[in-house]
Amino acid sequence: MRLVGVHGVSKVFANGVKALADISLDVQSGEFLSVLGPSGCGKSTLLRLIAGLAEPTAGTIDWADEGRRGTDLGFVFQEPTLMPWTTALKNVGLPLKLRGVARGEREARAAQALDQVGLKGFERAFPRELSGGMKMRVSLARALVVEPRLLLMDEPFAALDEITRHKLNDDLLELWRRTGVTVVFVTHSVFESVFLSQRIVVMAARPGRVSTELAIAEPYPRRAGFRTSAEYAAQCREASQHLAKAMVTA
Amino acid sequence: MTAKAIAPIVLGLLMLALWEAGVRLAGIPPYILPGPILVAETLVKDWGTLAPSLLVTLTITLEALAAAVVIGGVLAVLFSLSRWLELSLFPYAVILQVTPIVAIAPLIIVWVNDVDLSLLICAWLVAFFPILSNTILGLRSVDPGLLDLFQLYGAGRWRTLVDLRLPAALPYFLGGLRISGGLALIGAVVAEFVAGTGGNASGLAWRILESSYQLQIPRMFAALVLISATGIAIFLVLSLLNHLLLRRWHESAVTPEG
Ligand SMILES: Nc1ncnc2c1ncn2[C@@H]1O[C@H](COP(=O)(O)OP(=O)(O)OP(=O)(O)O)[C@@H](O)[C@H]1O
Ligand SMILES: [Mg+2]
Repeated sequence: MRLVGVHGVSKVFANGVKALADISLDVQSGEFLSVLGPSGCGKSTLLRLIAGLAEPTAGTIDWADEGRRGTDLGFVFQEPTLMPWTTALKNVGLPLKLRGVARGEREARAAQALDQVGLKGFERAFPRELSGGMKMRVSLARALVVEPRLLLMDEPFAALDEITRHKLNDDLLELWRRTGVTVVFVTHSVFESVFLSQRIVVMAARPGRVSTELAIAEPYPRRAGFRTSAEYAAQCREASQHLAKAMVTA
Repeated sequence: MTAKAIAPIVLGLLMLALWEAGVRLAGIPPYILPGPILVAETLVKDWGTLAPSLLVTLTITLEALAAAVVIGGVLAVLFSLSRWLELSLFPYAVILQVTPIVAIAPLIIVWVNDVDLSLLICAWLVAFFPILSNTILGLRSVDPGLLDLFQLYGAGRWRTLVDLRLPAALPYFLGGLRISGGLALIGAVVAEFVAGTGGNASGLAWRILESSYQLQIPRMFAALVLISATGIAIFLVLSLLNHLLLRRWHESAVTPEG
């Protein structure tokens, strides 16, 4: 079943930059979809359009259940984007607070979301007391606390070291399986996109457009062993070739 | 931490000793330059007249600072809510800021019949701008990602102001407050000087004027010491406030580990 449909969407910024040209793609309910593309090809712009943070210049974006648009959304930015002046618990509870959920329920749900991302015991910690990976986990918990149907992630782990990134990739897949949330995951890492997703949309730049789509058939759960397997290497090679082609034609 | 506190104290004592020794060895008469011991003695001897004056100046300073916080802060918030209001009013705030207070103090004293009130207005005029401009800067220096987040979850302007812009502006506001604290004192003293004999003849600046007419130079120094001490005290209190409010999260107030 389709959750979100992007139909012929273009985005031209006020300064004349043509960020996206005629993008069409469907996000299926419950899938793990990656958007892979070179820097500047409009990946962030596409996510912001889906989230309703910006309006397309042309084309439309529709939701399966129009009435609930946006209310079922979690967004993880490239930076942790936490409020430095308050605790992890309050940061995670923010979306609930903005929606008017009462304090008691808010804190209980926020604590549960923190537990979900492996940060039990850090409720009272301030962001500056957390490592980069832990901050990203808080950010993830904040996106999950509203129990979203769609989770938009914009290169969330790009700034982390490889060990932390692998751990977070594993945990993310586990969360995805457990919650059944639909994920649109933006990345410029071929390896990350192949490891995580069922489907990869490869984008080309200037203007940003869909170059190819490929499916990664490997069944879940994908564990650490998958990273060293021959199938993984073959899939990565294929995705790399598609990405290279997208960059040549750009 | 202790070395940080001890270093300036040692230096200060050294300078005082040099001053005392210089005055004694060169035989400089007290009406030209009194030594620090004589100034201290005068401070104690004339405490009866100096203390009420200190209270007067301190009261005006603190009232002006409070007014600067309220008016500067409220204007900053209003400006952040309305671009038009800011465009129309901000230039006038700048004009008030760049006009020398000594030049307009006489006018204010003439226009406002009440002396205390005119002194308060002068001190406020000097003090409010750093709070206004710093708070405006702070209200704007909000992480754009957090703004997106607030928009994503449907927060209105008011919610965004209270839960995002105001906390983000706090370090900037406190920075402005520390500057304004000193400026309020300077404004109060300058205004008193300008008011001169026309004033209510009671603040520390008046004591300085009076002492200079009577060639009571040690008393003049004693009053000066009180003004400086007041300035330092205000700075320390505001720094402490800054530390208490920001130490958990803002880089400027976080004590480095180890
Ligand atoms: N607010 C804006 N105003 C003008 N141009 C913009 C704006 N935001 C993005 N752009 C332009 O749109 C294009 C796509 O930007 P976008 O941030 O979507 O790329 P990206 O694929 O996310 O890149 P990266 O991988 O580096 O994050 C770029 O050329 C960028 O300069
Ligand atoms: Mg981006």
